[in-house]
Amino acid sequence: MDRIAGIINLDHEQDLLDELTYFRCGAAVPFGGRYRMIDFTVSNMTNSRVDSVAVFARRKYRSLMDHLEQGKAWDLDRKRGGLFILPPDWNDPTDISKGDLQHFHNNIDFINRTLADYILVSGSQNICNINFQDVLSEHKKVNADVTVVYARVDELYPEHQQAHKLEIDQNSRVTGIHNDHSSINVYMDMYLISKDLMHDLIEQCIAHGGEHFFLDGIKSRLPDLHVHAYEYEGTHALVNSVESYYRNSTKLLEAEQHDGLFSDDAPIFTKVKNEPPSNYLPSSQVTNTLVANGCVIEGQVEDSILFRGVKVGEGAVIKNSIIMQRCEIEPNAVLENVILDKDCKISEGRTLIGAPEKPFVVPKRKSM
Amino acid sequence: MKNKECVAMLLAGGQGTRLKSLTKQIAKPAVYFGGKYRIIDFPLSNCTNSDIDTVGVLTQYEPLILNDYIGIGSPWDLDRKHGGVSVLPPFMQSEGGGWYTGTANAIYRNLKFLNQYDPEHVLILSGDHIYKMDYSEMLDYHKTSGADATISVLEVPWEDASRFGIMNTNEQHRIVEFDEKPEHPKSNLASMGVYIFRWDVLKEYLIEDAADENSSHDFGKDIIPALLHDHKNLMAYQFEGYWKDVGTVDSLWEANMDLLKKEPELNLNDPKWRIYSKNPNQPPQYIAKTAKVNNALINEGCRIHGTVDTSIIFYGVHLSQSSVVKDSVIMPDVKIGKNVTINRAIIAKGTVVEDGAVIGDPTPGSEITLVAEEGSVLASNYVMNS
Repeated sequence: MDRIAGIINLDHEQDLLDELTYFRCGAAVPFGGRYRMIDFTVSNMTNSRVDSVAVFARRKYRSLMDHLEQGKAWDLDRKRGGLFILPPDWNDPTDISKGDLQHFHNNIDFINRTLADYILVSGSQNICNINFQDVLSEHKKVNADVTVVYARVDELYPEHQQAHKLEIDQNSRVTGIHNDHSSINVYMDMYLISKDLMHDLIEQCIAHGGEHFFLDGIKSRLPDLHVHAYEYEGTHALVNSVESYYRNSTKLLEAEQHDGLFSDDAPIFTKVKNEPPSNYLPSSQVTNTLVANGCVIEGQVEDSILFRGVKVGEGAVIKNSIIMQRCEIEPNAVLENVILDKDCKISEGRTLIGAPEKPFVVPKRKSM
Repeated sequence: MKNKECVAMLLAGGQGTRLKSLTKQIAKPAVYFGGKYRIIDFPLSNCTNSDIDTVGVLTQYEPLILNDYIGIGSPWDLDRKHGGVSVLPPFMQSEGGGWYTGTANAIYRNLKFLNQYDPEHVLILSGDHIYKMDYSEMLDYHKTSGADATISVLEVPWEDASRFGIMNTNEQHRIVEFDEKPEHPKSNLASMGVYIFRWDVLKEYLIEDAADENSSHDFGKDIIPALLHDHKNLMAYQFEGYWKDVGTVDSLWEANMDLLKKEPELNLNDPKWRIYSKNPNQPPQYIAKTAKVNNALINEGCRIHGTVDTSIIFYGVHLSQSSVVKDSVIMPDVKIGKNVTINRAIIAKGTVVEDGAVIGDPTPGSEITLVAEEGSVLASNYVMNS
């Protein structure tokens, strides 16, 4: 079996998540009732037997580090390989690198030391359940230099405008990478490359003043490199804005979307909180809702997502909302089209109503 | 290595025959409880929360699941460099060996384990009870009173006292007499099966007891009476709070139902005293449009399309539309089809209940129906009650 090492590169991630990323990077945003965005990428890696994972973090990474710890939840607390969180602490006086090449240059030891022959680089904003071993098989079959992962989306949403699109020939070879808004071939910010080629490309990029490994090292060399497109056909959600966050979260209430992301064969792992089962009191009324553990529900909840440890008081009504960890909704409060970040408290009888297309977002630890 | 002040020994070898087929393939401490836990999570979490970081778990009957479950103790933070959890099954030695013949024998046979920690006190626990208890407070009491042994006791209703081992104490809480299941109890202080001994004293009595061919090598029947006989200083430590021996199908069901009371005596949702357990790592539970949930504890990975009323639902349970679960305990990964009715029942892990099956007797006070063949399939025409 060929070994793959993983790099989660957070350097160029779009941030249109407003209040949700005041205190944290996009990768650490809570998603799907008990997860954080990055859980999907890390779990996909470990489920694909990627046992050495580096995280290139640059900004607002406190909660990310707190969440990932030593990688125990993903079985990445290893003697061989494991999880490496690599924030910017760079002291090489000869360093001339720029942009995300600073990460590649200063963390070149990770690439040099890994036992893997291939490197899989991914962002954290494409939520999916993908097996990177399948990507590698195809990569080897077509003898590609680089394999990029994309999805053909049924419907273009605003979040897809931010993503790169692929132009592909009949042999699935990538002939162009651009931002054409009408293309449905959405690049998922994941590529596989051999360790040796990556090493060469990093050096060349830095020598030529590159600032973005993917654009300067791969996109600008499309004529010289064999860049193959791997189509991911499973459930996919791109989350880079409040609007896409809200719509894709709510979509988890549909069985197809839910079952596409969460399978017994390739489970999504996350940090364990040891919460008890959720408690539905006699006065509660819950329908079409995802509920994480440790909730105590006395009120009414519809078409919503409750994260771990949420308390909903008697007579409170929650509709079309996303309520994050440990929020407390006091009796008779009304919430509709609202996203409450962690540890918020809504006092008795308060009403907060957002628009269906633009939810009302309450930042972390706010009392209202 | 520095010695340990107190080492816990958890007796987890019991079969729990009164739990019938629930313990056909697993030891009683491994039986599921409360939507998420196994019984042994309670004493192990109590140890962790009481700062006792060295625990020997004595196994004997059907140890596979227990061994696998306890592992190196990570769920309870008992994966330690010095101490931590050790599973101690019976073993052979050059001079023979064999099964543990009693609770005291099990400890006696592990003198080597205890000696390597050279503890001052040994805490004896059993893996049969549901309760939250701060053993460090009991240890303080034991040390302050200078007792040779301290036995944790609980006030029970007088009419039930004859079902327990009863401690008769004087005004200073010193134990003067021990009555095992007395017909005419003189006190209502029942032993909880939680003991702290001074290790030097216990060691002496264990060695003496092991040499006695007429002994049944049991703490309650032999060791405690011997200490009393020699006028050792035995103190009663009075515990207040929820404590339940879930030894029978009815009491297991009852203890689960206790969690659904308005203000349950046993609060599982206490961030300062978490009950730790192995995590099944499943997505949040989904409560569908067609679902009706009223008075229930439901765990992760469940997909609820039917009606749940006054019940405990473990992780990974699927309940289809138009099915009703009432006054029941549904253990992990049970799949329930459509138009199924379940009343006053305990359904074991992995059972598949096909469309239209009817299980249990809804009459209040009727016997609890137990479906306990793990992974069995109940056909659609299946009708069962106790």
